Amino acid sequence: MPLLEVDRLQTHFRTPDGVNRAVDGVSFHIDKGETLAVVGESGCGKSVTAMSIMRLIAEPPGRSAGEIRFEGKDLLKLSEKEMRKIRGDDISMIFQEPMTSLNPVLKVGRQIGESLRLHQGLGRAAAEDKAVEMLRLVGIPEPKRRAGEYPHQLSGGMRQRVMIAMALACSPKLLIADEPTTALDVTIQAQILDLMRDLKQRVGAAILIITHDLGVVAEVADRVVVMYAGRKVEEAPVNDLFADPKHPYTRGLLGAVPKLGSSLDGEAERLAEIPGIVPSLKKKIEGCVFASRCPDAEDVCRQFAPALEEKAPAHLAACHFSNRDAAEAAA
Amino acid sequence: MTAPLLEVNDLKMHFPLGGALFGERRYVYAVDGLSFRVERGETLSLVGESGCGKSTVGRAILRLLKPTGGQVVLAGKRIDDMGSAKLRPYRRRVQVVFQDPFSSLNPRIRVRDALAEPINNFGLAKDNAELTRKLNMLMDKVGLPREALGRWPHEFSGGQRQRVGIARALAAEPDLIVCDEAVSALDVSVKAQIVNLLGDLQKELGLALLFISHDLAIVEHMTHRVAVMYLGKIAEIGTKRQIFARPRHPYTEALLSAVPTPDPLAKRERIMLKGDVPSPISPPSGCRFHTRCPYAFDRCKSEEPRLREVEKGHEAACHLNDRDAQDNPLLSGARA
Ligand SMILES: Nc1ncnc2c1ncn2[C@@H]1O[C@H](COP(=O)(O)OP(=O)(O)OP(=O)(O)O)[C@@H](O)[C@H]1O
Ligand SMILES: Nc1ncnc2c1ncn2[C@@H]1O[C@H](COP(=O)(O)OP(=O)(O)OP(=O)(O)O)[C@@H](O)[C@H]1O
Ligand SMILES: [Mg+2]
Ligand SMILES: [Mg+2]
Repeated sequence: MPLLEVDRLQTHFRTPDGVNRAVDGVSFHIDKGETLAVVGESGCGKSVTAMSIMRLIAEPPGRSAGEIRFEGKDLLKLSEKEMRKIRGDDISMIFQEPMTSLNPVLKVGRQIGESLRLHQGLGRAAAEDKAVEMLRLVGIPEPKRRAGEYPHQLSGGMRQRVMIAMALACSPKLLIADEPTTALDVTIQAQILDLMRDLKQRVGAAILIITHDLGVVAEVADRVVVMYAGRKVEEAPVNDLFADPKHPYTRGLLGAVPKLGSSLDGEAERLAEIPGIVPSLKKKIEGCVFASRCPDAEDVCRQFAPALEEKAPAHLAACHFSNRDAAEAAA
Repeated sequence: MTAPLLEVNDLKMHFPLGGALFGERRYVYAVDGLSFRVERGETLSLVGESGCGKSTVGRAILRLLKPTGGQVVLAGKRIDDMGSAKLRPYRRRVQVVFQDPFSSLNPRIRVRDALAEPINNFGLAKDNAELTRKLNMLMDKVGLPREALGRWPHEFSGGQRQRVGIARALAAEPDLIVCDEAVSALDVSVKAQIVNLLGDLQKELGLALLFISHDLAIVEHMTHRVAVMYLGKIAEIGTKRQIFARPRHPYTEALLSAVPTPDPLAKRERIMLKGDVPSPISPPSGCRFHTRCPYAFDRCKSEEPRLREVEKGHEAACHLNDRDAQDNPLLSGARA
């Protein structure tokens, strides 16, 4: 049994000008000890998916349907009390916005300590010692002094690391990390990714990582889910995804990233862009969600939504033409 | 020879710490003696560890901060000690684009007014017709539809808002734009659009950019020169080819080795930096990097290496460069 199974998850928001179908029928699973990366354009529903798993979507305006089975239990059916125990004990999350998820009036050492006391039953002194140790692990200079500071006294990168320290402190079974390293330089980022790997090896934790950085994906993920406009458009083992992307959106994403060392000689070329913008999630989309921006779209794409099919072993994609290989499509 | 557009000489920015210990004032040595120049139409990138002082350098150049020491010379005029009245015309010439497109625009001001403000402020349009012409031209330049002038910030996506931020910076007709993590929060495809846009604008308008970023692949793609900072000082500065292909400072070498490659099959050797990041309140003696440097030797603990030329246009602050080439580990591992 997978550790987590997200099954036809739909999370919609009621807004004054219509229903926003932020997540519209997304399924995936994560095994114990596995790292799954979720990538996709801004606004495609990645954070909402993560927040739905944590049951942190405010209702109303939001509402989740489908099933989210964690160790076989449907999280969407649990009481708030049962859910509180799962958050922190079993699943913890590093949020995209560190400032909004840290308590501004509590010193950071205390904040980490509190959650250790709550979930691991440590005494106050032991919890605060462990908190300082965690701050040191995430590479914060002078962890002892910093533990006594409030969130606003830290730089952006430091706040992000405090969140990470808090999420890792309780050795969760599932760690959800939403853009965990955007504000960090690459050496600290490498250190954080190592910490996450260590958590995996030490306690066999599974990791769901959401990121715009395809370098990070290549480095840490076992499998990748590509989302677009609230749907999963492709899923594959990491090597297959990079070697043979089956969805034109995925090809566009991979094509837009420069590689280190690729522009040292002469004038740098323009980066490849994906023209156009994501369609509104408030209107029903006929046909393929990517058709309006797809370089290969034909009439059939605008009329019928392609089904998510297994195009190669463990490699799913939703595209009418995904059996074309990349070279042919580019020609 | 004409003066460079921007010249920074021995810039220092020390923040006093609250709560003096035993009456002794302590400081955060955020920027501690930094010199570089930026030519017209050039991009200089500032890279380095989180907290090493990059944003502080940017804010000092923008004169959002008054430097503790050193000089900031813009087009031949010192602006570091100018009072606010005399500073006005210089403020126009250096603009900024920040990381967060959401918080850098006032949510209660329509795009039209946000863009018109600098134009009116600096008297760049003689009448309404010219103002309208300029507003339309700005929208064209950043690739937004003209009718979007009437919209509110929340009606735009993150990438579009960043375009508005760039349009606002351009409205003042600056010579230099400080881009502080201006593309960091954007997704891959929007990032590509904005990077291309900045490149086009630079070619078209001869803009200079001070580009602050953690994304080294993007830096390599768009910069001419790079300054690598460590704990308030420049470790190394040179052309992009010099820095990326033949780094002459161990910190640069470690930094480059840590960049994740978008290729799961790529094997690389990462140089793990050992030890804790030192504090800018009590920086290490000698070379500031010696506590974490894989090659540190005795001299590094006691004597601070000076930034010196190792090749034309390439300066580095590391004692290893005093050695013969065959004894310099930085040269044996050269990448290209
Ligand atoms: N509380 C809410 N009320 C209404 N709409 C919401 C709410 N939260 C999210 N949304 C909408 O859901 C959609 C998906 O948002 P989400 O935050 O999941 O995007 P994302 O993929 O995480 O993007 P990014 O990469 O920019 O973080 C967006 O259209 C967003 O506006
Ligand atoms: N107003 C301030 N008062 C006190 N200390 C400050 C202030 N502004 C910055 N600092 C300190 O100065 C140092 C440099 O900060 P700065 O923001 O310039 O770093 P940075 O290189 O931009 O980092 P990042 O990559 O995380 O953005 C940090 O130690 C920071 O805590
Ligand atoms: Mg998000
Ligand atoms: Mg900064």
